Amino acid sequence: MIRWISIAVLSIAVAGTAVWGYKEHQEKNAILIQAENTYQRSFHELSYNIDLLHDKIGTTLAMNSNERLSPQLVEIWRLTSEALSNVGQLPLTLLPFNETEEFLSKIGDFTYKTAVRDLEDDPLSDEETEALQSLYEQATDIKNELRNVQHLALENNLRWMDVQLALATQDEQADNTIIDGFKTVEKKVEGFAESNANSALTGTSSKEHKYQNLNGEKVNQEEALKIGKELFNIDNHNDLRITETGDGADIPMYSISYRDGKKNAYLDLSQQGGNPLNLLVDRNLGEKQISLHDGLLKAEEYLKEQDFTDMILFDSNEYNNTGVYSFLYNENGVRVYSDAIEVKVGLDNGDILGITASNYFMNHKDRNIPEPGISIDEAKSYVNPNVDIQEEFLSVIDNDLGEEVLTYEFLGLYENDTYRIFINAMDGTEEKVEKLNGKEINYAGI
Amino acid sequence: MKFKKLFLSILAVFLFSVGLVAYPTKDISAFSEQIIQHGAVGDDVIELQARLQYLGFYKGEIDGVFGWGTYWALRNFQKEFELKKVDGLAGKKTKEMLERATDYDENFVKEQIRKGNRFTHYGGMDKSKQSAPGKQNNTNKNKQQAQQEKSKQQGTQNQTNTNTDGANNEAEQQSNNETNQQANNATEQQDNDAAEGQTTKAVNVPQGFSQNDINLMANAVYGEARGEPYEGQVAVAAVILNRVESPTFPNTVSGVIFEPRAFTAVADGQIWLTPNDKAREAVLDAINGWDPTGNAIYYFNPDTATSSWIWGRPQIKRIGKHIFCK
Repeated sequence: MIRWISIAVLSIAVAGTAVWGYKEHQEKNAILIQAENTYQRSFHELSYNIDLLHDKIGTTLAMNSNERLSPQLVEIWRLTSEALSNVGQLPLTLLPFNETEEFLSKIGDFTYKTAVRDLEDDPLSDEETEALQSLYEQATDIKNELRNVQHLALENNLRWMDVQLALATQDEQADNTIIDGFKTVEKKVEGFAESNANSALTGTSSKEHKYQNLNGEKVNQEEALKIGKELFNIDNHNDLRITETGDGADIPMYSISYRDGKKNAYLDLSQQGGNPLNLLVDRNLGEKQISLHDGLLKAEEYLKEQDFTDMILFDSNEYNNTGVYSFLYNENGVRVYSDAIEVKVGLDNGDILGITASNYFMNHKDRNIPEPGISIDEAKSYVNPNVDIQEEFLSVIDNDLGEEVLTYEFLGLYENDTYRIFINAMDGTEEKVEKLNGKEINYAGI
Repeated sequence: MKFKKLFLSILAVFLFSVGLVAYPTKDISAFSEQIIQHGAVGDDVIELQARLQYLGFYKGEIDGVFGWGTYWALRNFQKEFELKKVDGLAGKKTKEMLERATDYDENFVKEQIRKGNRFTHYGGMDKSKQSAPGKQNNTNKNKQQAQQEKSKQQGTQNQTNTNTDGANNEAEQQSNNETNQQANNATEQQDNDAAEGQTTKAVNVPQGFSQNDINLMANAVYGEARGEPYEGQVAVAAVILNRVESPTFPNTVSGVIFEPRAFTAVADGQIWLTPNDKAREAVLDAINGWDPTGNAIYYFNPDTATSSWIWGRPQIKRIGKHIFCK
């Protein structure tokens, strides 16, 4: 009897220990993941900060007006401090990373000193511009190295916890890509003796406001389904699903979806007027058959069919057998940035894979675009003389305050980088300067 | 009967040999029919860049992506050669003019790209002086090779001599002959490369984003919504971007993704699953402006959501298993 009781008690104890152990284990795992995530966040933010820093310094070099320069320098200063705090949160205490930190604080000091100075009276001297130029070059190297480490870390699922372990045990044999990568970054910085959250499209309105261009009668579900079938290019099917949006939506919409084995389509339609706001088609893409330019012709034709008139191409890009085209509204030769439409074309057979026109319907309205107050030559005189202007346009953009302003838009080269510069067409204020990238080394490709 | 057989076999041999001959005589060094425009990717762009560099218009890297550098080079070429339209489009006229004015050594260029070398393609210069081993260790997929980084091969500065008028044709032709002999070999390898989709040294990225940002987002989207329809994946990516824009959330993609308790896939480690191409495409669509959520900044799965707070948010719509709200 006693034997049985003791067996029971013991087995309960064993089971209890197992449960407790398992719980402990789970908790430990949860904490590990959390710590790992904090490290990951700091790391990815650091690379992003440096990238942004690099762009901002580049933009500063292309700027001319001092009213814009000071805020830009302050921005760089802010970014360096953010990057430094991110470095500080990484488990790099055992790794010599001080040169990079020094580099960051050097940029910080430089930009702080120049930003608080009255640049109106005392503009950047030639030496200072040179210093900025060399900081820009260093930032380029650091950015590239960090982005590369980041790529390797993402590609191989590297864990910062392992880095910490490897550093703590000081195992000389330990081959750790992250540690090596950071050492390379450090080397790069040593070698020297001594730049943004762009929205996908410049100048598009990031401010939320009501849709201004939805006209027409309210459509009911049946009419919406009819439009949906037309846009999906399927006539004989009845298996479309339609739902209405809830209270949280900015405007009442219908969402229509369709799927069969090969194709999968989704559409947002405004209830008022039955205008297509978003269309997405998902299917397996075949091999590339038509060129990016032919795709553009398809996209233009499609816009015409959908009654979007006066749209001109702004940007085109090829990603894995799809062509993505941005169009701007063109009002008598003035490009209106906020009325943008994007179209996606499959480059295998030229079918439309998607369109998003919510910006267009939100912002488009009858505008009274005034005549420019200054001439184009006057506007050019407000551009940094080192920038080699190649192309010019008249554009309406949203400025920092979210107001629409008429500007002269210049595309120009400074060194080997291309910049987009907006000069207010009324008073010559430098509204926006932006460095254009758009392509990157193929980390995975080679 | 016998004749017919003979005739057939002769015909067969003839057809076979035509097939054989037709393939290698395919003109290797001329553009295809397409009009090449900004944003294009591929062999035609490599050729365009190489030809523009031959004349000294293009000073950037020959990477197969038609970016701004190529655009300005092309426009300057059109201006200088007095073509009617200076439009930055490589159409029929422009391509003919380029073909007449330049030599394009495709084998040289392709080989350099395959080897990951740093190289240039200026006219009238010895090709062997225009290439140097690149830092291929850096960009190599292979982890082990990546770790050989320690040997810190610093690629020597590539020769960017812009002297285009020196007529060094002998060296030119010699290298042409040499490379022609290896033509078959090279084309074979090119085919392999094409199969792997690795013919360009660069890729297009949306303005302001790196491939790494895109991959990180793809990781999050895959971890959160891999079972969802395509629009559901675009929607999750759009929510991440809406949060970046929103003043109440961090201002970076990584900040939003790794914000504590923001995404369950981050909390339980599912974010580290390898994402598929669909997730990546969905992220690209979201970055390029598609937002099926109607500006949502929250979403939840009604079957598993435990917080009553989330039910109180104004709901916009349901896509797949997720309800999106403000």
